[in-house]
Amino acid sequence: MKIDKNTINKIARLSRIKLDDKESEDYIKDLNLILDWVDQLNEVNTDKVEPLSNISSSILPKRDDVSNDTNSSEEILENAPDKLEGFFAVPKVVE
Amino acid sequence: MMFKSLKNTIQSLEKNEISIKELSQEYIRNIKEKSNLNIFIHFDEQKILNQVEILEKDKSNKKLKGIPLAIKDLFCTKDMPTTAASKILKNFNPSYESFVTQKLLDCGAIFVGKTNLDEFAMGSATDTSYFGNTINPLSKDGEPLAPGGSSGGSAAAVAANLCLGATGTDTGGSIRQPASFCGVVGIKPTYGLCSRWGIAAFASSLDQAGVFTNNTEDASILLESIAGFDERDSTSANIEIPNYFKNLNHDIVGRTIGIPEEYSIDGTPEEISKIWEEAIKVLEKNGAKIKNISLPHTKYALPTYYIIAPAEASSNLARYDGVKYGYRSSEIDSLDEMYENTRGEGFGKEVKRRILIGTYVLSAGYYDAYYLKAQKVRKLIANDFNEAFKECDLIVTPTAPSAAFPLNKEQDDPIKMYLNDVFTVPASLAGLPGISIPFGKDKNNLPLGIQILGKHFDEQEVFNTALTLEKSYE
Repeated sequence: MKIDKNTINKIARLSRIKLDDKESEDYIKDLNLILDWVDQLNEVNTDKVEPLSNISSSILPKRDDVSNDTNSSEEILENAPDKLEGFFAVPKVVE
Repeated sequence: MMFKSLKNTIQSLEKNEISIKELSQEYIRNIKEKSNLNIFIHFDEQKILNQVEILEKDKSNKKLKGIPLAIKDLFCTKDMPTTAASKILKNFNPSYESFVTQKLLDCGAIFVGKTNLDEFAMGSATDTSYFGNTINPLSKDGEPLAPGGSSGGSAAAVAANLCLGATGTDTGGSIRQPASFCGVVGIKPTYGLCSRWGIAAFASSLDQAGVFTNNTEDASILLESIAGFDERDSTSANIEIPNYFKNLNHDIVGRTIGIPEEYSIDGTPEEISKIWEEAIKVLEKNGAKIKNISLPHTKYALPTYYIIAPAEASSNLARYDGVKYGYRSSEIDSLDEMYENTRGEGFGKEVKRRILIGTYVLSAGYYDAYYLKAQKVRKLIANDFNEAFKECDLIVTPTAPSAAFPLNKEQDDPIKMYLNDVFTVPASLAGLPGISIPFGKDKNNLPLGIQILGKHFDEQEVFNTALTLEKSYE
């Protein structure tokens, strides 16, 4: 078993996702199943193979370093769950 | 039913045989009649009529003027909410328009609504949506069928005649598989042909926009309307977009069609092998050369995909933290608790599963064994296609390993669900264009699909081959 209770807690913490006990148990089962299944990739010899991270054939373009104003802050703040004087508001971090 | 062809409807509008208003009203009526299928997340009759009013005053020539289209609810739209079928974006109103939808608006298209999908496009049945299942319009009484996924709402909207075309996105098969399940045409173009700007990201190295229509001609018209370079997407291809529709023809004489032996998979229903053979015969009869080819790493495509896509998703979905937009949990005593509760409550089961896998395969100590390994196998899969395309011009396969299955059937076993993408994922990993067209029926009279894959940016040949098969089947 690759994933146990401690591992799932650690991944959930890294992902900033709160899981209840039932969910943790289900995901332990699912993740072990999936990780065992993807283990078949170890059959493939990948010595000297370059990893492929970008299939786009285009060369990454450079753009001029100029600013542009696409949205106004008011428009953007309209979607904020909580806002205060033109800023996003979150729970207090420092007491 | 009238108006099934987008091309013919454009002509009817130009000749004033019908007005934009009459056309829209017809589609509004259809949408209301079929509301039980739960195809739309957002539908607002008044907004459609507002668009009609503006277009009726507009005297300029526009290519898609007045044409009713449905938009997958993964594309940001300024005048309609955008949810990605997730609770976490329930009340999100984008302050900008996606590249693809802006192109369609510039062409004068009317958006009839935002269609349902699997949450953040993660699924193969449109059953992971926070807003409930979409039902395949081809379902018989008593047994609701899945429309496929993730763009199931868009495929169903075209199949049920609730629009003349729809946008979709395809990461591992999310356009081609639902097109097959709903009996419509769906094309995922080459990675980079359409800008991803303004599409809620799932797996950025795989995500690509495309379209659903009733036939190949219409697909060529819509695809050339949404393709094009956009400097806001760094992977967008700076190429001249061909006039796919004008260049469309069904002369495939001398083309070599590759038939990959690895796509004959144990357990594939006999009727799917049969329509595949039938399609090959039709192409041969029309002058194509048939060649057996090998794509030796095909069986590793799915496990590769299910490492890479969740890894990218776990990174992309980190932005949904309850700070700037979307849902925020009400139980929050600290910032960390706000993040964890917001994401725990805001994401559904499948999305959380993929974020957790993605986080694991990217985490210290496992990165090389999983993520890097998968990227290397991805290279081998892409090489397979490069080699194959030295011997052939196009590759023809079935689209999906089954016809539409009953809703709620395959939910419990994630790997079984992932197998739906077995024929579509390899081309996604290689960034190739692929179309699914309806071809034949199964024993329950449900449509089956044939997939045609082309070389990078060879959409024209893909369309031409699709047209040939379509004509033979009509």
